[in-house]
Amino acid sequence: MTTLITPTRRLLLGGTAATLAAPAYVSGQENPIRIGFPVPLTGPFGAEAQDQVRAAEVAIAEFNGAGGLGGRRAELLVRDDRLNPGEAATRTLELIERDRADFIVGGLSAAVQLAINNVTRQRRVLFNSISQSDTINEASDWSRYTFHEALNPHMTAGAVARYAVPKYGKRWVFLIADYAYGNEMLRGFQRAGRELGLETLADIRHPFGATDYSTFMPRIAAARPDVLCLVNFGRDQQIAVRQATDFGIKRNTRIVAPVLLYTARLAGGGPAFEGVVGGTSYYWRLEETTPSAKAFNDRFRAQHGNRVPSDYGALGYGGVRTVLESVKAAGSVETDRVVEAMRALRYDFYKGPQYYRGCDHQSVQSVLVLESKANTVRGEADVFDIVATEGPDERYLRSCAELGHG
Amino acid sequence: MGFPLELIALQAVAGIALGAVYVLLALGLSLIFGMLTVVNFAHGAFFMLGAYVGVFLLAGGMPFWLAMVVVPLIVGTMGLVVERFLIRPLYGRPIDDPLLLTFGLAYVVVELVRIVAGKQGIPVEMPDALQGAVDIGIGFFPIYRLFLIGVAVAVVAGLWLLLERTRYGLIIRAGAQDPLILRVLGVQVARVWLLVFGLGTGLAAMAGFLAAPLQGAAPEMGIPVLAEAFVVTVIGGMGSLLGAVVAAMLVGVTISLTGLFAPDMAKLSIFALMALVLMVRPQGLFGRAG
Repeated sequence: MTTLITPTRRLLLGGTAATLAAPAYVSGQENPIRIGFPVPLTGPFGAEAQDQVRAAEVAIAEFNGAGGLGGRRAELLVRDDRLNPGEAATRTLELIERDRADFIVGGLSAAVQLAINNVTRQRRVLFNSISQSDTINEASDWSRYTFHEALNPHMTAGAVARYAVPKYGKRWVFLIADYAYGNEMLRGFQRAGRELGLETLADIRHPFGATDYSTFMPRIAAARPDVLCLVNFGRDQQIAVRQATDFGIKRNTRIVAPVLLYTARLAGGGPAFEGVVGGTSYYWRLEETTPSAKAFNDRFRAQHGNRVPSDYGALGYGGVRTVLESVKAAGSVETDRVVEAMRALRYDFYKGPQYYRGCDHQSVQSVLVLESKANTVRGEADVFDIVATEGPDERYLRSCAELGHG
Repeated sequence: MGFPLELIALQAVAGIALGAVYVLLALGLSLIFGMLTVVNFAHGAFFMLGAYVGVFLLAGGMPFWLAMVVVPLIVGTMGLVVERFLIRPLYGRPIDDPLLLTFGLAYVVVELVRIVAGKQGIPVEMPDALQGAVDIGIGFFPIYRLFLIGVAVAVVAGLWLLLERTRYGLIIRAGAQDPLILRVLGVQVARVWLLVFGLGTGLAAMAGFLAAPLQGAAPEMGIPVLAEAFVVTVIGGMGSLLGAVVAAMLVGVTISLTGLFAPDMAKLSIFALMALVLMVRPQGLFGRAG
């Protein structure tokens, strides 16, 4: 594979040679720094993906506003992966080969980000993934060029379990979307739950994208669990919460989700989500305690008609900004130098201190636990309270040895 | 697997409630196919439009009960326009032509709603009187879903009266049997077809409006239900109204009971049921042979 001189390699070598040989090039004539951004603009996660684009645009505007890399500007190349791994791989390959993207940031599903990673790994292009996955940390899928700005299910489910089991009880029923996300999250809960005495009364699997959950509810109600854990995402989560509420599950049971989504809560409505507890990487009201969150929110508000960023949106910002800051630190867009700069990064860009762990480039960061409320106090975006924060700590991650990193 | 009898009974009720939405959807689909021989792939889009028109009417302050009547009228009128200007020119052409047209129309409508109302779904609240769950003797069950069963019964009864007890129903049934003879007898078949299409889309819109409080309104909400509605009409027999009702209940209860014993098979089960019916009775349970 490496014996072939592919167009990318030639371009990459040519580009590098040019920057090395002629540093005095007039900046305006140089190519922009291109960041390929494949996200599922169409499909069930469209609302989240759209917000990721908005937030990424904030990072780009910020970089360019500050003068770029010695005058060299950054450009975001947004592509629709339609939540399909094959489509995502094709788009990524096009971004690299045809559009000459320097870096790839994006992906909004476990399977899709692995498909993107598979391409970037082969092409030796830096990829910063901005959605949840445990697999991407593992040695079998990981490469030097793979970074993971998002939380992973092990961290997220762990933090939520450590909060919810002591508080609400040990007898849990899981309703799980039957795909990578659901299964990784379930594993995260059950692993953290082992030390906490969590007892699984039932784990019920539903197909991804189901629109009716009524047929699962009588059985869940009959089990009378302390906690009903809805291990699903996006619209699935929104509908499941609503229908569980309709069935009166909340009378005896607390509803918990690994990731409580801002967009799903807005689409699901206050009454249905009232009292639901879940984890997240970001919630805009972090600005009350964290200056970097305030700064990010303000820029986002200014650029996007006074709206606030969502959780997954914020990841779009974090994912792009870490790459661009590393470009600045390296003083270059050359992949290997940017990788080194990113490995060395200790940053607080929007949610408090973070860094990429050496062995797997997982961003070590805080996990927030949220509770949804029916009544908003600070405007209609005020839908959650932050009830707990688990600070950045490597002991909440699986060990490097366990992941297979020598 | 030992589940108590009460749980199984409650599960069956959940299935019937699920069937209630399928009935409303499948009736329209079946009516349109039976009369116009148009396989309407835009049916799911009209279902979604029903939810969105409802969202706007409710936001404007219209009471739920009134909106339940007005939404089908508005969307049904859109259906009239679609039939008159898009579908009518395709009569007499192969069956795939209107199929492809409605298939494309569905994409256009979904995309338009995305542009107008946004990609993110919109929550829809049910009226206070229908909120919460009641003990029906075998366990707690949401009031709203019981209400859906009631609405489905009322609509089926109304439709039956219309088709079996009125002169217009007679013409519609005759038109399904032999449109040529009907025309010879001096009936304006084109106008009958127009109204049937409007009626069918109105029913789809009503189903969408009533489903919105269960799942919220979202541009893509018509896509999965379209597949389920087709399964129902194929099992019941394309064009058979009795078939649509029986099959909708059968499909609802099948999903529900499989959901209890083998949850991950629930979605698959209805396709297995469809395959089984097609093997034994290719025309569907109540369909005419050929």
